[in-house]
Amino acid sequence: MTNQEAQNKIKTEEYFINMGPQHPAAHGVLRLILTIDGEIIKNVEPDLGYIHRSIEKMCERDSYQQIVHLTDRMDYLSSHINNEAVCLAVEKGLEIEVSDRVKVIRTILDELTRIASHCLWWGVMGMDLGALTTYFYAFRDREMINDIFEETCGARLTMNYNVPGGLMFDIHPNFVKRTKDFIAQFKTKIPEYNLLLTDNVIFQKRTKGVGILTKEDAISFGVSGPVARGSGFSSDVRKHHPYSAYDRVDFKEILLTEGDTFARYQVRMMELWESVSIIEQLIDNIPEGETKEATKAVIKLPKGEFYQRVETARGELGVYINSTGNKNPYRVKFRSPGFSNLSILNHISKDVLIADLVAIMASFDFVIPDIDR
Amino acid sequence: MSYFSDIYKGIKTLLTGMSVTGGYFIRARKGVITQQYPNNRETLKMFDRFRGEVVMPHDADNRHYCTGCQSCEIACPNGSIEIIWDRVVDPATGKKKKIIDKHIYHLSMCTMCGLCIEACPTDAIVWAQNFENSVYDRSALTKVLNQPGSSVLDGIED
Repeated sequence: MTNQEAQNKIKTEEYFINMGPQHPAAHGVLRLILTIDGEIIKNVEPDLGYIHRSIEKMCERDSYQQIVHLTDRMDYLSSHINNEAVCLAVEKGLEIEVSDRVKVIRTILDELTRIASHCLWWGVMGMDLGALTTYFYAFRDREMINDIFEETCGARLTMNYNVPGGLMFDIHPNFVKRTKDFIAQFKTKIPEYNLLLTDNVIFQKRTKGVGILTKEDAISFGVSGPVARGSGFSSDVRKHHPYSAYDRVDFKEILLTEGDTFARYQVRMMELWESVSIIEQLIDNIPEGETKEATKAVIKLPKGEFYQRVETARGELGVYINSTGNKNPYRVKFRSPGFSNLSILNHISKDVLIADLVAIMASFDFVIPDIDR
Repeated sequence: MSYFSDIYKGIKTLLTGMSVTGGYFIRARKGVITQQYPNNRETLKMFDRFRGEVVMPHDADNRHYCTGCQSCEIACPNGSIEIIWDRVVDPATGKKKKIIDKHIYHLSMCTMCGLCIEACPTDAIVWAQNFENSVYDRSALTKVLNQPGSSVLDGIED
């Protein structure tokens, strides 16, 4: 019996292993049931529910002011944007128009949140692919944003700075100076990021051509955010349905057509520049005005349905409020970007290696509490 | 042949990346931003809006500003604040007056959202700058904010 015949006689069969819920490469309690043949992935089935806190149900219990702080705990890396989404939806129901000052401050904080989130993602993506240095460099720069948040909002991660009708209190006197310092410093750091990781051939070999997502699939699976824009699907809510001060700033929607892991990486790196540019356009002329429109102590939305979409760091977040006219909403539904983006994972991870699945997941930038809520 | 050129490119880009880290290794002595655990309690200054825990400030005569209006209790999303209150007859005016007995604060349930402090009409509760909240027994996290024997400052209701 020759060697070749022996190999033909070996029967291989598929088996399954669990990746997660506690796995060093999954950033949270996400369980992936992998069906594998050797090291080739045949099927990926995400299993959710490990961090389900029934936030949507809790919203039915709370008043409209109290809902806002729950959304901090969904996508905790873009908590300010989540807060804003709820506040915009409630303001839509109350037919309040917030002042220009509030709009501009919200936009600046949104973009700072986006930079902080992309910084963390960049560090963690490098770490997932075996480059530990990126983690420390990213967290060094993110720390400055956290300080800005801590000084103005009082908290570093779960800010709860927005209230229906405006902001909880005015920005700190040091806010403008600190933000300018940060922007000046951060602009010198992005080229460093590129030197460290983007230009690295080993990194590019791990990511180029891995996990290709076509534009058609992106549209049919409802993918949004940088993942969709890496496939050429123009889905930026800031551009298509401007809210706050996004209609008065000039920025590009980053669109790449490759659709692979490296394209998704590139989109986020270029978005850092766009966020910096948006902040630079707004920071010098924050208009004067009220920081909070007067609302009743007990907010009652009129009977009806209200929907507001915003662009978080991960994609499109939709807030649907169904009100019966009481002080509590009848139903609140969050259309979270992570959940929709997760649905494509099985489709694009067929016949890739396990190590490539880690790269694909890193490029999706999952925040598990956002998926599970 | 591409095998060797790949190795060459890989090493070259690795060295490019290492030039960044090496640059920091050589020159960033003064710009070190690693933060140590704040053991310097005497000189430590937190940001003034930092949300540590809810406290009730008292003046020198052991008086606070809390009228027992329960705005904070209503505003709190997760029941962290409980106020035990009673109506007692004010000897000066003969009218019944609402007086708090205990302002109970469950730090273990608090999410530091700040709604209670925004809701307080008399600024009776404020944020403390304390950041070390770990204890051995969770019952220690249930705190009574008003000090024993304290009373409300006269005229604060008006």
